Amino acid sequence: MARNEHEAYETFIKGIWRDNPVFVQVLGMCPMLAVTNSAINAVAMGGATLFVLVGSSFLVASFKQWIPKQVRISGFIIIIATFVTVADYTLLALVPKVHKELGAFIPLIVANCMILGRQEAFASRNTVRLAVMDALGTSGGFMVALFSLGAIREILGNGSLFGVDLFGEHFEPWVIMILPPGGFLTLGLILLFFNWVTQQKDKFIEQVAEAERVASDG
Amino acid sequence: MSPDKPPEAPAVSSTRLVLTLALAGLVSGVAIIGIYEVTLPTITANKARELREAVFKVVPGVTQMQKLVYKNGELVPTTVTEKDEQPVYGGYDADGSFIGYAIPGAGPGFQDIIGLLYGYKPDQKVVTGMEILENRETPGLGDKIYKDAEFVANFKALSVEPEIIPVKKGKKSLPNEVDVITGATISSKAVVRIINETHTTWSTRLPQPGSEPLMTKPEQAADETK
Repeated sequence: MARNEHEAYETFIKGIWRDNPVFVQVLGMCPMLAVTNSAINAVAMGGATLFVLVGSSFLVASFKQWIPKQVRISGFIIIIATFVTVADYTLLALVPKVHKELGAFIPLIVANCMILGRQEAFASRNTVRLAVMDALGTSGGFMVALFSLGAIREILGNGSLFGVDLFGEHFEPWVIMILPPGGFLTLGLILLFFNWVTQQKDKFIEQVAEAERVASDG
Repeated sequence: MSPDKPPEAPAVSSTRLVLTLALAGLVSGVAIIGIYEVTLPTITANKARELREAVFKVVPGVTQMQKLVYKNGELVPTTVTEKDEQPVYGGYDADGSFIGYAIPGAGPGFQDIIGLLYGYKPDQKVVTGMEILENRETPGLGDKIYKDAEFVANFKALSVEPEIIPVKKGKKSLPNEVDVITGATISSKAVVRIINETHTTWSTRLPQPGSEPLMTKPEQAADETK
């Protein structure tokens, strides 16, 4: 059982950090750039994606024996599209303002290759438990990415976070940050940072290995 | 047949493939109808509340409203929704006396159609307020047409005689002029143009000041926007 616990935890954490869908796999770029002009939009988008991904992974993993391989992609899409429609109407009923801002990007979750990718690569080949953990990790990572981009862009481009003013009236908003170029710029810088961290880590591991080799030689 | 397909994939009759997908589609359809039915009342109520709030905002002092349509040369109260109708909303105070109209207008903005609602007092020929209902203007620039309080305040007592004229920021001196927003000239001029055009359409349809339709069934005024 202890091994199972560990495996589930590993599956969860790899989606958040090591295989982060945005910063490492560079998936889901369309919503990533389009709806992150404020933190609340980013979180709503992340929440909707989380709901769709966890729901679809659960169903796909549960019914994987009954879905013939030949029609699996169509089956996945039907499941995903149903969850997306549910999320769409729920957001429209509960938070009409946010739904208005997100506009067409809620229905477009269907086309997010990150979601179909998880069904094909993971949920259809693993147990329900692991599939749900994987979905939680991946969408958690997606949400972290959306939120960090949304928060950075809203703070710099509007001087606020979740609509709360941070700097007072003398702050001159850096409007470009909430326009599309700001999205590309911020994402590029974050990717740069992620790659730099990975590189430093690899270098460090190499150095340790080198030092150990020298020590054992000596 | 993709190369990464598991080799053990067994041959399945096409009837089964069709049945599986049909069943999935059926279940999915039922689920979608379910969520639609569950959320529809809330969504309709939200829209009606949004409209009421907008009407109350653009015509100050209003506590009741009713929908009016232009039919056979006169303005009549209605509670039904018809296709392609062009309603205005009559605003009344608690005693049922008429205060002003809230008139919806729409037209092209910088990116897409801007839909708005403005309040109009026919006896003074002034616009009493303006609220943007729908827009896709650029965030940070064009969206100032509703986020910039100074710009919105332009429409609080704006004369429509002979027509509204957009002027450079800070140049407003006459009661029919509007300071446009620096950096959002096209969007703010679009707002002025939409109000002017809508006003031209409606100025001939509205009855003489003093002979507006009376408030009907005041206790059900809240439901009439459906």
